[in-house]
Amino acid sequence: MIARALRDAGMEVIYTGLRQTPEMIAAAALQEDVDAVGVSILSGAHNTLCPRIVSLLREEGLKDTLVVLGGIVPQEDIPKLKAQGVAEVFLPGTNTQDIADFIRNNVKPRD
Amino acid sequence: MPLTEQASAGQSKEQQSGTESLEVSLPRKADRKTSFQTVSLEEVNRLYGPSDTENVDFDRDISAPGHFPYTRGIHATGYRGKLWTMRQFAGFGTPEETNARFKYLLREGQTGLSVAYDLPALMGYDADSPLSEGEVGKCGVAVSSLADMEALFDGIPLENVTVSQTINAPASVFLAMYLVVAEKQGADWTKISGTLQNDILKEYIAQKEWIYPIRSAMKLVIDTFEFCTQHVPRYNPISVSGYHIREAGATALQELAFTLRDGIEYVDWGVRAGLDLDQFVPRISFFFNAHNDFFEEVAKYRAARRIWARMMRDRFGAVNERTMQMRFHTQTAGVSLTFQQPLNNIIRVAIQALAGVLGGTQSLHTDAYDEALALPTDRAALIALRTQQIIAEETGVANTVDPLGGSYFVEALTNKMEAGALDYFGRIDAMGGMVEAVEKGFPQREIQESAYQYQKAFERGEQTIVGVNKYAMENEPQEVPILVIDESVRHHQVERLESVRARRDQGGVSRTLDSLRKAAQRGDNTMTATIDAVREYATLGEICSALRDVYGIYEEPAI
Repeated sequence: MIARALRDAGMEVIYTGLRQTPEMIAAAALQEDVDAVGVSILSGAHNTLCPRIVSLLREEGLKDTLVVLGGIVPQEDIPKLKAQGVAEVFLPGTNTQDIADFIRNNVKPRD
Repeated sequence: MPLTEQASAGQSKEQQSGTESLEVSLPRKADRKTSFQTVSLEEVNRLYGPSDTENVDFDRDISAPGHFPYTRGIHATGYRGKLWTMRQFAGFGTPEETNARFKYLLREGQTGLSVAYDLPALMGYDADSPLSEGEVGKCGVAVSSLADMEALFDGIPLENVTVSQTINAPASVFLAMYLVVAEKQGADWTKISGTLQNDILKEYIAQKEWIYPIRSAMKLVIDTFEFCTQHVPRYNPISVSGYHIREAGATALQELAFTLRDGIEYVDWGVRAGLDLDQFVPRISFFFNAHNDFFEEVAKYRAARRIWARMMRDRFGAVNERTMQMRFHTQTAGVSLTFQQPLNNIIRVAIQALAGVLGGTQSLHTDAYDEALALPTDRAALIALRTQQIIAEETGVANTVDPLGGSYFVEALTNKMEAGALDYFGRIDAMGGMVEAVEKGFPQREIQESAYQYQKAFERGEQTIVGVNKYAMENEPQEVPILVIDESVRHHQVERLESVRARRDQGGVSRTLDSLRKAAQRGDNTMTATIDAVREYATLGEICSALRDVYGIYEEPAI
């Protein structure tokens, strides 16, 4: 759904499939040289997995890669996730256009 | 009274009298919008009358409750004889925590249990697998071995309480663990009743929690059918599920069509494996969603019973009436619950539950209002149960059987549902069957398209979600307490796993896992070997690995 909406908004989307480990996500991001990583987590595992994804990306040298999260995330977790490097958290009911706009406005321009 | 008025005026069509009053009314009161659609984006007419049901033959298509084709229900007495089973899906954290929730719900008047397992369990991984990180006990209860299962059902007599287990790819292992726990309690397997979800087709179609390639996974399902028919005759080894198909964004029609065609596929595979149709099909149960569009849902349930009865009799030649009687569980639509203004969800759940009841469900789960935020707290779970008790005991809707039967609108919608489902059956049959259709990605693409169309209609404001794209509140405070599962659950579970591995007879584990591999290689029924491995405290992850060695793993086709 999100992949299709972002493609319709003119972006190139690489869908890695379900249940990727943080290591798999970082490896795919490096290999595909992406501008942004979008993660969907509905299970409540975001506090464990998101900081790992951000730090693995940074270790791989992807200093500017934007990380956004969508899913079921309690309000109180959001400031902590942002402090850990998640650029934005999209909650249920978000318009797909708003997600596309956020990504377009916040990815680091290429030199 | 429009019917009587028309008759006295000698008019054959209700539309004629409708047109006269519309000519006067419409200019004064134009329609609020250009199109009135169900939540499945199906057009609804202004009015339904006799012309919409003129092709309905009462005896052939509706008949009495308890009579073929069971449109009005499978029991002549409806809910007057026995109310639906109030079966709330529950599971979180450690087996001990979930055991306490089960006992709480039973104490408060719940009449059956339903276990939610966590993601590692659903995927066949132990709590200490690296792939389980962050997920242990989060979406359901953590179970990695018989020791966890013993704790989960401690003090709950499995011979007397019916338990439904939501588990699919590793379902045969959970059936084995359940039977061994029952045996240790001294229960007689021939008296146990309950349900295993075990519907692997909908995993490939929608829920996507698979392990093995599809045809090997189907073989495991048939193994459970065969085993239960012989040894656990009152147990339902499958619950063919439309719920997840709907949650993934399917329309009501797609939910109906794909679920029933899945059911036909299991019957086909069972018959091909040499099982007796009239012996194993009566134990196939179903599971549907209850979404927001009230009448569309009621029509879906009524059509489901009619289609199944006709398919079993006419396509398969069933003679046992119980083979033709569809029994189903219903759960209100998790996907319809909103994160915003969560108390509104109580109202949504009540109305959805009412649709399930008026559709004649055998059992019902009502979602808790906080499920768009987290797993339910005790308080939220209790309100959900009370919602069912209010419907059952205060509203009077259970006093008479199929009160909506005969409604022009409901009967016309029921017909439309049946015709639409048969059209899908034709397309899937032409592909060679449901397994082939899934391998081609057909139902997956159909659902994906519907989900996208709904999202667009929502974003254009054509489909309203109260509190989200209409009546939204700025800076809404988070007003409800939520259940938090922390990482201590994983530590607890890993400790028990380590202690199980230290105490058990390692030789017995290796020997039984070898036997299981051999049974799978030979194409024998795997259930006995699985039960033997479980008795030795082989873990879930070990048993699934043994089967992975033989079957391999599923690779999703590009959709």
